[in-house]
Amino acid sequence: MSILINAYQNIPTGFRKILYFHWPLALLLAAVSCIGFLMLFSVSGGNFDQWAKPQMIRFCIGFVAMVIIGFTPISIWRNISMPTYIISLALLLYVEYFGVSGKGAQRWIDLGFIKLQPSELMKIALIMVIALYYDWLDSDKISKPLWLIPPLLLTALPMALVLKQPDLGTAILLGSGAAVVILLAGVSLWYFLAGVSSIFGLIYFVIWSKGTSFQILKNYQYRRIETFIDPSSDPLGSGYHITQSKIALGSGGFSGRGYMQGTQSRLNFLPEKHTDFIFTTLAEEFGFVGGITLLTLYIMIMLCCYLTAMQNHNKYGALLTLGVAATFFFYFCVNMLMVMGLAPVVGVPLPLVSYGGSAMLVLLGAFGLVQSAHIHRTR
Amino acid sequence: MNTAGKTPRLFRRRALLLGAAQLTLVGVLGWRMNQLGVKKAEKFRMLAEKNRINISLQPPARGLIYDRGGNLLALNRQVYTIQMVREQTNNPEAVLNRLAKLIPLSDTKIAEVLKEMLSRRAFVPVTVATGLEWEHIAAVSANAPSLPGITPTLGLNRQYPVGPDFAHIIGYVGPVSDYDLAQVDDKDPLLLIPRFQIGKNGVEAKVEKTLRGKAGTKMIEVNSVGRVMRELDEQLGTPGANLQLTVAHELQHFATKRMQGESSATVVMDVNNGDILALASAPTFDPNKFINGISVADWKALNENDYRPLANKTVQGAYPPGSTFKMVVALAALKFGVANIQEEVNCPGHKDINGRKFHCWRRGGHGRVNLRKALRYSCDVYFYEMSLRVGIEKITETALALGLGIKHDLPLPAIHSGLMPTKDWKQRNKKEDWYIGDTANAGIGQGFVLTSPLQLAVMTARLASGSQIEPRIINMFDDKRTKIEGISSLNFDPTHLDIIRTGMYDVSNHPRGTAYSSRLKSTEKIAGKTGTSQVRFISKAERENGVTKNEDLPWKRRDHALFVGYAPYIKPRYAISVIVEHGGAGSRKAAPIARDIMQKALSLGQNSYGPIHNQKRLNIDNLKRKPT
Repeated sequence: MSILINAYQNIPTGFRKILYFHWPLALLLAAVSCIGFLMLFSVSGGNFDQWAKPQMIRFCIGFVAMVIIGFTPISIWRNISMPTYIISLALLLYVEYFGVSGKGAQRWIDLGFIKLQPSELMKIALIMVIALYYDWLDSDKISKPLWLIPPLLLTALPMALVLKQPDLGTAILLGSGAAVVILLAGVSLWYFLAGVSSIFGLIYFVIWSKGTSFQILKNYQYRRIETFIDPSSDPLGSGYHITQSKIALGSGGFSGRGYMQGTQSRLNFLPEKHTDFIFTTLAEEFGFVGGITLLTLYIMIMLCCYLTAMQNHNKYGALLTLGVAATFFFYFCVNMLMVMGLAPVVGVPLPLVSYGGSAMLVLLGAFGLVQSAHIHRTR
Repeated sequence: MNTAGKTPRLFRRRALLLGAAQLTLVGVLGWRMNQLGVKKAEKFRMLAEKNRINISLQPPARGLIYDRGGNLLALNRQVYTIQMVREQTNNPEAVLNRLAKLIPLSDTKIAEVLKEMLSRRAFVPVTVATGLEWEHIAAVSANAPSLPGITPTLGLNRQYPVGPDFAHIIGYVGPVSDYDLAQVDDKDPLLLIPRFQIGKNGVEAKVEKTLRGKAGTKMIEVNSVGRVMRELDEQLGTPGANLQLTVAHELQHFATKRMQGESSATVVMDVNNGDILALASAPTFDPNKFINGISVADWKALNENDYRPLANKTVQGAYPPGSTFKMVVALAALKFGVANIQEEVNCPGHKDINGRKFHCWRRGGHGRVNLRKALRYSCDVYFYEMSLRVGIEKITETALALGLGIKHDLPLPAIHSGLMPTKDWKQRNKKEDWYIGDTANAGIGQGFVLTSPLQLAVMTARLASGSQIEPRIINMFDDKRTKIEGISSLNFDPTHLDIIRTGMYDVSNHPRGTAYSSRLKSTEKIAGKTGTSQVRFISKAERENGVTKNEDLPWKRRDHALFVGYAPYIKPRYAISVIVEHGGAGSRKAAPIARDIMQKALSLGQNSYGPIHNQKRLNIDNLKRKPT
């Protein structure tokens, strides 16, 4: 522990940590979660027990976990980054062969009290491990091609497994999260230029491969892409989601129909009304004002993360903080783009609002890491 | 810990870069929210309502139609319909096959129903059969356990209990067609109900909107698959207005029967107020056949019949009035002072006009005739002379005043306005000058002159009453009497009218009158005028060799037989006009029919309006379902 004492001279210890806890961030997270409870109560048609209650219990568990993780020194998290990654990878492999099937995708590990999604865990583990890698790596080696291979491999492995599930949305989030950390670590922008262009090339290839013997995506995924491009082509089939979602969103108007007054979601016009499409209910009942309010809360959470990361002289902590923030950002951004018809329906929940245990727990856990980085930052 | 103590500037730069990129995306989100939620809110709100609320129409009961005496002429019959819901059975085909043993249901119909059911969602009821009898429903109900998914329901169907008698007046209803929808500028959503019945002909068509009523609506909240969640609101419709015609069924029925076998038409009206008591066109047809769509064979039979059963000849037919027009000429001549009672005109059997011979119907002529005799014998030469004296413009003026050549306002389709020629008219339409011979022809109701039986009846009523009688056929809408405009007196000298009337009295009651054989033998006398209008040109050669008798001509070239009259001569009550198409001489064919119908009309007594038999107004909502 001598190293620790040496390095973290100004770092609070014991119950003093409570004072250094990032309370604004915690309150913002709680506020967003409360919006979630309200919306879940509304979409269940006033049935508290159906979705709102379990979600609240999970939030409480998650919040406690966040505090505990936050109070744990960041160095410990740094040290167990690699094991976390390996465990997550193992769990991913496990669900590949023993997972419980839900909606055609094998994603869960039933732990009894919760159905754990290893892919959710992996989102954080990947960021941790890449942050660790660049924290460890000498800064002059960062842009060397050879030293770029390990993080790419670390990313590609879980992405491949997730894609195989298949879960395009999570795969994209994994890749984006990793890319953000690599970007922040200072890798030459040329690599990113090359990366982005090769992604576009890949997309082209994926679309081109349709119908050939080595078709990459499932047919339903192609259909989603097609109906995203032209939702009217199949208004009652795959385009139904997008059309109905836009109707519900738009019908809210400026100030919405009022709480519990949304008709589209409660009458089942909306698919996945309590999970991926919950934002449409919010927009229908609280209108543009409600939507912007939620967006503002999200931005403020992001802002908290940016501010603490900028002040953090610990590279691992800073990278981890912005990596978590970026993952969080991708969550709500992709979800909102999707329900507003600007992105294909890929199955990404609205963070802290959508019903779902894994995402809630993992996100709060991840913010626990941010708290830990904040409390134990090198000043 | 190699970077501890100094955050590279690179990290901050990258963080700002990333932050900027993320902020841009957030901007896109905000913009999109604004676009969907604020800019296009109205559109989406409407779409949302359409999503959620399903408005089902409750068709109103169509107004009933009564005759003068309060007898039902058109009613709504309850019909039983069988519907089937696919999701309530495992094997729809087997159920339908079992059903076919209980009700008339062909294999092709079964196939149709199955196809329709598969094309709709599983819970949507599909009509299997309609127009069923109570016995069928009873059988289906008794076997209900073996017929899962089958439900009998009640609807209303139009029916005309007196059938053919009123086919031309009331017309008929039929399923609304695409053609109808294109024709009418009517936004009534009822018309979009498949096979909704609307008036296609006659009064049914002309007062369609009044009879139809207003639809009630039931607002139902549905979920995404269209299943009914709850009823939000129900608004009762207004049933259509009942209406009472001025026509007396007994007389109408008698007239229709009396004219059977001929292609003919008759109009009987009240000379004092214009009430039409009978308006019959023969042959007629059964309007009930049209209600659910007429069969091709029936339609062909009606359409290819030379006697044109579908046409309402009373208002749609326009015929040369022949001698029945002579009263008009006489009245014009009297009014404009070119004729008087005493003056006699010599009839040698023909009159030379500009070197052309105009013949009298009687080859030997009538000798010297005054106005009264001219009418009695229907002497053509006298009227050639008078028409030339008074001129075509004055004749037409008088004819218009008597109700000829104008379109009378009755709620019947395709009313013919007839034709009263003028010099201008000929110049415009025939691009020819008016010849003096045209006037002479018009003087005996030939040539260009055309009238409908309705117009002739109006003319007779006006001659008999001296008043501006307008025909009317609808007495009441619900309890509201239709307005009768103040009947004004015609602008004719009563003594002139009396001269005409005595002439008409002679026609039926003087032993040498043309209609003497068809006189009324009772104390109430009929006054009338026969007419025989030529439909072909008789050449000089034919006239010299003897005019071909009507009986020897093909039907279509025979003369039209006409009669107009009123009775009683003192205190007239009814006016009548009869035309028998290609019937030959008016005195032989039309006058007896007119006499019989008039006798019937007089025998009906005062003919006041009967109370409407207070039949409970049927409304879909009032219908009680038979226990199933």
